[in-house]
Amino acid sequence: MAKLNLNGKTLDIAVDGDTPLLWVIREQIGLTGTKYGCGVAQCGACTVHIDGVATRSCALPISAVTEDQKIVTIEGLSPDGSHPVQKAWIAHDVPQCGYCQSGMIMAAAALLQANPKPTEADIANEMTNICRCGTYPRVKAAILDVAASGTLGRG
Amino acid sequence: MTSASLTKPSRRTLLAGSAAAAGAFTFGFSIPFAGEAKAQALDTVKEINAWVVVKPDDTVVIRIARSEMGQGTLTGLAQLVAEELNCDWSKVTTEYPTPGQNVARNRVWGDFSTGGSRGIRSSHDYVRKGGAAARTMLIQAAAAQWNVPAAECAAEKSVITHKASGRSLRYGQVAEAASKLEAPKEVALKDPKDWTIAGKPLPRLDTVPKTNGTKIYGADLKMPGMLNAAIKDCPVFGGKVKSFDAAKISSMPGVKHVLPVGDTAIAVVAETWWQAKTALDALPIVWDEGENAKVSSESIAAWLKEGLDAPQAVVGNQVGDVKAAIAGAARTVEAVYSYPFQNHATMEPMNATALWTPERCEVWTPTQNGEAALAATAEASGLPLAKCEAYKIDLGGGFGRRGATHDWVRQVVLIARQVPGTPIKLLWSREEDMTHGRYHPTTQCKLVGAFDKDNNLTGLHMRISGQSIVAGLFPQNIQNGRDPVVFQGLNPPGPEASIGYGIPNLLIDHAMRNPHVPPGFWRGVNLNQNTIYLECFMDELAHSAGKDPLEFRRALMKNHPKHLAVLNAAAEKAEWGKTLPDGVFRGICQTMGFGSYVASVAEVSVSTDGKLKIHRIVAATDPGHAVNPAQIARQVEGSFVYGLSAALYGECTVKDGRIVEENFDTYNVLRLDEMPVVETVIVPSGGFWGGVGEPTIAVAAPAVFNAIFAATGKRVRAIPMRNTDLRRA
Ligand code: FES
Ligand code: FES
Repeated sequence: MAKLNLNGKTLDIAVDGDTPLLWVIREQIGLTGTKYGCGVAQCGACTVHIDGVATRSCALPISAVTEDQKIVTIEGLSPDGSHPVQKAWIAHDVPQCGYCQSGMIMAAAALLQANPKPTEADIANEMTNICRCGTYPRVKAAILDVAASGTLGRG
Repeated sequence: MTSASLTKPSRRTLLAGSAAAAGAFTFGFSIPFAGEAKAQALDTVKEINAWVVVKPDDTVVIRIARSEMGQGTLTGLAQLVAEELNCDWSKVTTEYPTPGQNVARNRVWGDFSTGGSRGIRSSHDYVRKGGAAARTMLIQAAAAQWNVPAAECAAEKSVITHKASGRSLRYGQVAEAASKLEAPKEVALKDPKDWTIAGKPLPRLDTVPKTNGTKIYGADLKMPGMLNAAIKDCPVFGGKVKSFDAAKISSMPGVKHVLPVGDTAIAVVAETWWQAKTALDALPIVWDEGENAKVSSESIAAWLKEGLDAPQAVVGNQVGDVKAAIAGAARTVEAVYSYPFQNHATMEPMNATALWTPERCEVWTPTQNGEAALAATAEASGLPLAKCEAYKIDLGGGFGRRGATHDWVRQVVLIARQVPGTPIKLLWSREEDMTHGRYHPTTQCKLVGAFDKDNNLTGLHMRISGQSIVAGLFPQNIQNGRDPVVFQGLNPPGPEASIGYGIPNLLIDHAMRNPHVPPGFWRGVNLNQNTIYLECFMDELAHSAGKDPLEFRRALMKNHPKHLAVLNAAAEKAEWGKTLPDGVFRGICQTMGFGSYVASVAEVSVSTDGKLKIHRIVAATDPGHAVNPAQIARQVEGSFVYGLSAALYGECTVKDGRIVEENFDTYNVLRLDEMPVVETVIVPSGGFWGGVGEPTIAVAAPAVFNAIFAATGKRVRAIPMRNTDLRRA
């Protein structure tokens, strides 16, 4: 039995301790916005926030997550899809197939929270998620837009 | 027919799927977004025609036969219908008819196949007519209600007006009456220059759910009572299962069944997918790997090399007498290029969900071809087609992998047959996906150019040796040993994929060599390597003749004005010839494929320790008509990411008959830090409809390779580039 703090709620989960956080989120908790892309921490499709830090949940066994760590998934990023990064994503029409985009958005939100005015080089260094559709130019533009608007990172 | 029958089965179960997401959620808080289960109350609403449904509240539902996989075809096709319908764009939604309904309704929606960049170019005519017919009927219905001639009425933004009397009605008010009218026999289509919805850079219709986690992909489906399956197919293509020891894993957590799938694969069915995969990884399986286990990348390369000079070859394009031109040349230039196997690596691995009973078999899957998915379902189910249905789900990437073969659909049905009445979701691990692809075919190419004493190019022989996709997938379409698709971009003048040069003596031929690794259509298909071969060699020829690569091409393109215009558009935007910053060099290339003309200029630098940086790519495309310029720009950018991933890193190597690269750690792809600035120049010249999703991929690699030569004096001839040492002493 594991206790998790996910999207602001405390949950009791009965699951094998080796199970990666990704699969607990998708299969035990039933939130499917967080995606499986590689299972080996390469692609970033499974990115969630743990205490505000972008974390690849596919390679993190649930036994390594403690009750006081705050996990946030794409579903919990904002109550109504109004997080500045989500708004910028819509304004820039970023997603193509969309499969990588939960992870992209979570990575971007964490980046901007930690570094509200990232340079292009910061974005290139931090945004290592894979997008096979090739949305990188729009991802970059949307992040720069949020940075310019100064809506993040003040708290 | 009402749309009730159109939507019922899929809605029921998809709803159940999303509701199950909530149901499985036993921890006492609700999901912020309860899935995409917007139950559309279409049951009482009649369609105007197969393409258009208008609800009483004016919502316009446009039916889309092609699959959305990120390329924006859903929005583009809806724009074309809405344009002719004269409806309010803000009220437009879309839905997929099912393949089974298409069969039942005599293929009223035409072809479902989504590949070859055909989504728009091969259906623009009939979908626009569908919109125009619906508009005509709505106007007629209003006119009848007012008792005035339809010719006195007009429609704009979903409102019909009768000017003379100042009356107006909304589409939603007359939709029911319109649905009872007979369809007009003839409708006139608008001139594209009058378009107000089509041709405009409108935002996509499907963005919001992709930003908040509510978009449901095939991998996310849930149904009541569903079990999850993981699968392992024989790692050596063509091999079989010899034995497996189910007892070793049957008591592992969640495991329900250990099942053979045909004679080549084993599936573990468990409560959760993670349990299934964990147990499968622990399952002892003995394979009968067969003869193919002796094959390696080296043995394949040696076999293909032999084809470069083989006497037997099939001619794809021939002008004059190339042998004589070479024999009589003052000087010849020769080079050999090679192109590897590559995996599509869609972000979402292959998956499907199936429910089989002795009476009926249903499959839910991301597919580029719903009808082919249905055919695969019926074939594997042992049931007649009429008792089967396939429901399409938007794809987490397609790129050709989810179109021509539906191997994963066959697998899930074979599993579900062994567990009647229980929905089974099969999801491939990334490792399974990487090692059981339908790969970009491997070929080599030997090129010989002949110059006369005045430095004019008098002959070109291109010998392609290697794999044929058509022979692998549709062997019945190979006639007299000829695969026409092999010559993409190299064909004689024509509307599809013709060569852009006039060379007095030309021979392009193919010596087919089909290794056991299964080939597939891969975004850009054979245009990719053919353009590298031809355009990099053109660069070699230009340099050997001491000529500017752009000028050298222009001189050969006088009789190919459309190719030339696009090349010029790219060169002009890139300011070809203008001095670049120190250390930055240019390369250029052009081609034609999927009905469109494309060209690009790349600007790169290469550090002395061999590190490449691509600064900027200017891409020009003439697709005839531009239905949504904003989405075209995104497709072009995306195609460069795909094409550059392939050019720099993409390689699946073969050892002991199996694919070596199992995940993104060894099969690297382009990431944001390597992404160049891409400037898209769209020059639609009208009069034809070309594709958008694929053609520009082909001009990614050659422009970069030619720029690398300009920077380093080194030629990249063995793709991918990682095989070439770019360090300078
Ligand atoms: S699924 Fe976790 S990084 Fe790819
Ligand atoms: S949008 Fe398709 S993988 Fe990124």
